[in-house]
Amino acid sequence: MSTETFTEHYGALRDALPGQDLPWLSRLRADAFARFAEAGLPTPRQESWKYTSLRPIEKAGFGADGAPRACISIDRAPSLLPSASDHHRLVFVDGHHRADLSTVGPLPEGAELTSLREMLAKDPAWLEAHLGAQAQDDSQALLALNTAMMMNGFVLRLAKGTVLHDPIEVVHLGGAGEGPLAYHPRNLVVLEPGSQATLIEHHTHMGEQPYYANSGTEVTLAEGAVLHHYKLQADALNAFHTATVHAEVAAGALYDAFGMTTGARLSRNEIAVRLAGEEANCHLNGAYLVRGEQHVDNTTRIDHLVPNTACSEIFKGVIDDKARAVFQGKITVHRDAQHTNGHQLSKVLLLSDQAEIDAKPELEIYADDVVCSHGATAGDLDHNALFYLRSRGIPEKAARAMLIEAFLAESVHNIAAQGLCPALMSSIGHWLADRRGDL
Amino acid sequence: MLEIKNLHATVDGKEILKGIDLSVNAGEIHAIMGPNGSGKSTLSYVLTGREGYEATEGEVLFKGRNLLDMEPEQRAGAGVFLAFQYPVEIPGVPNTTFLKEALNSVRRARGEDELDAMQFVKLVREKTKMLHMSDDMLKRAVNVGFSGGEKKRNEALQMAILEPSLAILDETDSGLDIDAMKTVADSVNLLRRPDNALLVITHYQRLLDYIVPDHVHVLAHGRIQKSGGKELALELEKSGYAAFTETAAA
Ligand SMILES: Nc1ncnc2c1ncn2[C@@H]1O[C@H](COP(=O)(O)OP(=O)(O)O)[C@@H](O)[C@H]1O
Ligand SMILES: [Mg+2]
Repeated sequence: MSTETFTEHYGALRDALPGQDLPWLSRLRADAFARFAEAGLPTPRQESWKYTSLRPIEKAGFGADGAPRACISIDRAPSLLPSASDHHRLVFVDGHHRADLSTVGPLPEGAELTSLREMLAKDPAWLEAHLGAQAQDDSQALLALNTAMMMNGFVLRLAKGTVLHDPIEVVHLGGAGEGPLAYHPRNLVVLEPGSQATLIEHHTHMGEQPYYANSGTEVTLAEGAVLHHYKLQADALNAFHTATVHAEVAAGALYDAFGMTTGARLSRNEIAVRLAGEEANCHLNGAYLVRGEQHVDNTTRIDHLVPNTACSEIFKGVIDDKARAVFQGKITVHRDAQHTNGHQLSKVLLLSDQAEIDAKPELEIYADDVVCSHGATAGDLDHNALFYLRSRGIPEKAARAMLIEAFLAESVHNIAAQGLCPALMSSIGHWLADRRGDL
Repeated sequence: MLEIKNLHATVDGKEILKGIDLSVNAGEIHAIMGPNGSGKSTLSYVLTGREGYEATEGEVLFKGRNLLDMEPEQRAGAGVFLAFQYPVEIPGVPNTTFLKEALNSVRRARGEDELDAMQFVKLVREKTKMLHMSDDMLKRAVNVGFSGGEKKRNEALQMAILEPSLAILDETDSGLDIDAMKTVADSVNLLRRPDNALLVITHYQRLLDYIVPDHVHVLAHGRIQKSGGKELALELEKSGYAAFTETAAA
């Protein structure tokens, strides 16, 4: 697919991109752009893009805006947590960090939470060592585009043994610009041995303008580190959202991720996790509710590289109208990775005849002593349960809503950050309330 | 209260009920007995409007209204309740949420105000106490991981909360040991009122020692073959259903 729009963006913004005075960074960008220019935007001809077309992005005519909008009047960016006081918040508007809307409380010794730009000013040598250290898949054109164009994002760095008790909430507000905008947030999480944090990303919108957020996130978890990583993607229904995540998990560390998608016209979460040390563990769970002509794609890859690692992955979706979902989950157990425990499941409810799921669970096993399973189911609501509820007087639509909510509630209630559950449940509730007429 | 006239019904295109006539008045207990596969559950599903159970002939009046024209939830709102032979497990829906939604739906249908959270909790406490049930069952998901006895007691609790005019008990004794059966039967008896009626469906006579019927009907081959008083149940206990299955087959 053509790269014209983004070539223009790159040409116009290149000199103004942060860190262009640093040779290593301008080279990183230039190399990445060259890769992107050669590959072009992914097309369905590529195996991993078989079910998702980026054509609509190309057609939308996004502009690139280098300058942060001066003044946006929002009193407070929305929070997903019950009390705004006991957590740290970073707010980005159209990809730009807004210090005036962010509140980072006192952090324990050894903790650093800041923006990519600030980190660039403060400790470029540290960034040089970490930026691009995990995100090394040269076949990912969107990641290359992100690397070339990255403007800002969040950086979380915890020194050995630092435990951050209060969760971090990163709020992304899109659509505030005067025209359709594309931007490329780049985030970095580096947890040194034994450190722990809870990170909540909330993607939502405030204006009417369509936008395209193409993010890249690198996560490095050293021995025994724990990251709980949650994401609610409730972008505008005219927005586009692609997110590429690379995580490396060392011995005894845990990457615990849960992502919920209700927004965006088209979204793709592409997550790659490398379990690189013994007893490394990852939970990669997700939930989504889509309708209209929405398209949601969750593509994951988990590599078990050494013995005694475990992963569990459950994605549950509710698909209505003509919406379409894609789940591609690949678990690879490498030759040395004996005693791997890997489980993967995709479950969807299809609420209309035209709703569609393409599920492609994949296990590739090169070790002989492993316990692995995968599966995919798609179906309608349980008729017996529906009749049971109705026979108790509950009207059909309410009964259907109850069952849909229950289907996802199990996943939500399983997350470690219980304080986040009410917000996630209420976004399910809102989705259902909007749907009530047509359930 | 309930008037069934010449009711025929099919399941999967196969005729299972072949002309049922039955009349139940307020305050009465009717027992329907019959061998396995005779159509007892089918009758209970046709009365409550389950998808796939199609009435093809005849009519059913409930308090003068045409029951067969109503949606399942409207029938519940009008006062019909079915205690399921196999109560359905609903993962992810807490029992209390379910009970509250059910009660308020039925109250709306009756033109009564909904109960708020406090009033509801108070009511549920009262009912669980009356039925000697533990609160534990309220917190769990509907019927999930419940023992056979717990499931049937949960049916009794729903009945206690919804206060139907007509309760149909479909093999409430099946799968229960004698003590569990007594407990459930006691619960049902506690819920009896002069203005409500019971239709007790059972294969065995033993439940009828505890819930004593005014009338007993024998269902076989999709028809009521014989009706009588409670002594008919005892007779069946001795002779079995052979006489009816043979008669009808002949
Ligand atoms: N869902 C169904 N699909 C197909 N056949 C059914 C279904 N339910 C009941 N039947 C058939 O209808 C007949 C009556 O069944 P049922 O009403 O369950 O009897 P009972 O409750 O008296 O044991 C049986 O022959 C049974 O196989
Ligand atoms: Mg039966």
